[in-house]
Amino acid sequence: MAKTLGPVRNEFSPWTDSDAVPFISFQNVTKRFGDFTAVDDLSLDIYEREFFALLGPSGCGKTTMMRMLAGFDAPTSGSVSLDGTDLTGTPPYRRPVNMMFQSYALFPHMSVEQNIAFGLKQERVPNAEVKARVEEMLSLVKLEAFARRKPHQLSGGQRQRVALARSLAKRPKVLLLDEPLGALDKKLREETQFELMDLQERLGTTFMIVTHDQEEAMTVANRIAVMDKGRIVQIATPAEIYEQPSSRYIADFIGDINLMEGRLTAFSEAGATMQCAGMGPKPEQTLTVQIECDTTGTLSPGDAGWFAMRPEKVRLSQEVPDGIDPANPVNAVEGTIYDIAYLGNVSVYHVKINDGFIIRATQTNATRLVERPLSWEDKVWLYWGADAGILLAS
Amino acid sequence: MNALKRIFGARFVLIGVPYLWLLALFFIPFLIVLKISFSEPAISIPPYSPKLDVSNGLVAFWQQVREFGFENYVFLFEEPLFYRSYLSSLIIAGIATLMTLLIGYPMAYAMARAPRSWRAILLMLVILPFWTSFLIRVYAWIGILKKEGLLNQALLAIGVISEPLTILNTNAAVYIGIVYSYLPFLVLPLYASLERMDDSLLEAAQDLGCTQLKAFWTITFPISLPGVAAGCFLVFIPAVGEFVIPDLLGGSETLMIGRTLWVEFFNNRDWPVASAVAVILLLILVVPIALFQNAQARAEEKVL
Ligand SMILES: Nc1ncnc2c1ncn2[C@@H]1O[C@H](COP(=O)(O)OP(=O)(O)O)[C@@H](O)[C@H]1O
Ligand SMILES: [Mg+2]
Repeated sequence: MAKTLGPVRNEFSPWTDSDAVPFISFQNVTKRFGDFTAVDDLSLDIYEREFFALLGPSGCGKTTMMRMLAGFDAPTSGSVSLDGTDLTGTPPYRRPVNMMFQSYALFPHMSVEQNIAFGLKQERVPNAEVKARVEEMLSLVKLEAFARRKPHQLSGGQRQRVALARSLAKRPKVLLLDEPLGALDKKLREETQFELMDLQERLGTTFMIVTHDQEEAMTVANRIAVMDKGRIVQIATPAEIYEQPSSRYIADFIGDINLMEGRLTAFSEAGATMQCAGMGPKPEQTLTVQIECDTTGTLSPGDAGWFAMRPEKVRLSQEVPDGIDPANPVNAVEGTIYDIAYLGNVSVYHVKINDGFIIRATQTNATRLVERPLSWEDKVWLYWGADAGILLAS
Repeated sequence: MNALKRIFGARFVLIGVPYLWLLALFFIPFLIVLKISFSEPAISIPPYSPKLDVSNGLVAFWQQVREFGFENYVFLFEEPLFYRSYLSSLIIAGIATLMTLLIGYPMAYAMARAPRSWRAILLMLVILPFWTSFLIRVYAWIGILKKEGLLNQALLAIGVISEPLTILNTNAAVYIGIVYSYLPFLVLPLYASLERMDDSLLEAAQDLGCTQLKAFWTITFPISLPGVAAGCFLVFIPAVGEFVIPDLLGGSETLMIGRTLWVEFFNNRDWPVASAVAVILLLILVVPIALFQNAQARAEEKVL
């Protein structure tokens, strides 16, 4: 049997528990704008205390999903429910959900304090309590010193914090974050991602974040739904999405990957064997790839398939690797270094194999430059373990 | 160095042009009016005798002012007609501004909320009346408002009234005239400030628990206040000194300073008193003009 991925974070994984009741539930939701379908018959369950990410390219319908949960758009068909209550027909101002807008949408005529207090004032919370809560929120986002400022007197990062504090002040059941860090520079964005995770853990609120930045989704979320053209293509933990993408689209969308086409020749308990034409040691030979995988799926011997392997799983060697027969190698291939991308922490080697196909291999630069022996035009062997890659249907 | 000089020279000319304009067409005429206001009416051409002569130096000038100068101004405050005219003008302009706001705000709001493709057309429609002379448009209202005019005929035809209404030559007609004539001055700045507003602010307000109506009063309206102020002053300031509308549409009851000034100037040929009336009118309007400038500055302040 193939190994499955173990739990990566903590033991929190309600989606694997068949008794767990979903907190937010989209059921067969379709949203059309005129004859354009923005969300297409989509079903999705999110559990309490999750930090859930909707990830996908721009225009795939992420914001629309969020707006349907917040109540700004009504589904054309299907329903959205929260905590066991169907939300159909409930106006935005009666939903126990708050949203942090992509543009922050801070009220320009109100101070930071007044912005944060706004939601509580609408609920007629007693003044003393409003004051206490505003102070709590200000300290949560470390903006105590800026309480009296107007939004236009703040920096981008500070505004983002005010927007966050304002959307948390009412203690919503769900916090919706629409590209919350999109306007921040890289460094601040990364810092804020960790702060968001920290905050979510402390408050225990269910967070749903929308982003087109895969690194952001993988950093903050415990589950990610990858969307494409109004549909969900995979829902899984970041590690599963990265290591076990369900399709070539996802494999290609998330991170960097080598994709090799081949024909499946043998299936066994341990996995599959695939022959990639034209990639063998000699041009007329095939490259034999053995893949440790679950063979009970839809593929069978004779089918065409794709071998997908992340560059960091490929190893490099100047000699023939141990246990490899150079005349008939398995999970190994010789090639020429075509290009080297030096990124500081890692170097990416583009290795050209027989028919001109390029396999990328990442090496951690654990030592200083002087000791790196590989250079352009060098002959190298690429090799990998049977569990390094996965098999995907065509 | 030379290039720098030329650039700065060009800049000073550019900046200087509006100042020259103001100097030639506003400040100097104002000084002339001010000078006349310190004179005495006379049967001559021009019909006042210059009492002031700066050629003998400022001390002599001040002496002359002390001797007679303020007589015309004192007269303005002694004669009830004048202060009642000022007061009545301010009240009429104030009420008319309020009425313009009540009509103009929903108009500007509807325009700002209209589909993007309509907005240019709606804006055109607001500006369209300016293509006809102001005087002709006010004259046209006589045809609409008079006893046997269009309005009365229409109301009689649909049976709302049985007797024709007397609207022309009353204050009501003046209000109609001012509201009609100055509506675009209010709608345009207000539209500009409403159109600029980010829709997500209203969604954020709703998200935080406001109904749509409440979101309007707590978000849209306060944010549009600088636009409201700018629009109101643009109506109020010219309406105070308005002459054509009260003269053509108003009646004997209509007391407005513009008209009083006209009578003083043309009927009584008392240029010095008419000048004093104009100077005081300007002083009265300095306060709202300063407020307008302030509102304008705030409206232009970057709102995020
Ligand atoms: N109000 C609307 N009217 C028409 N089309 C819309 C509307 N809102 C969104 N769309 C379209 O729906 C698609 C999905 O939009 P959105 O959910 O905002 O995408 P994103 O994933 O980038 O957040 C886009 O192609 C967009 O043009
Ligand atoms: Mg979006």
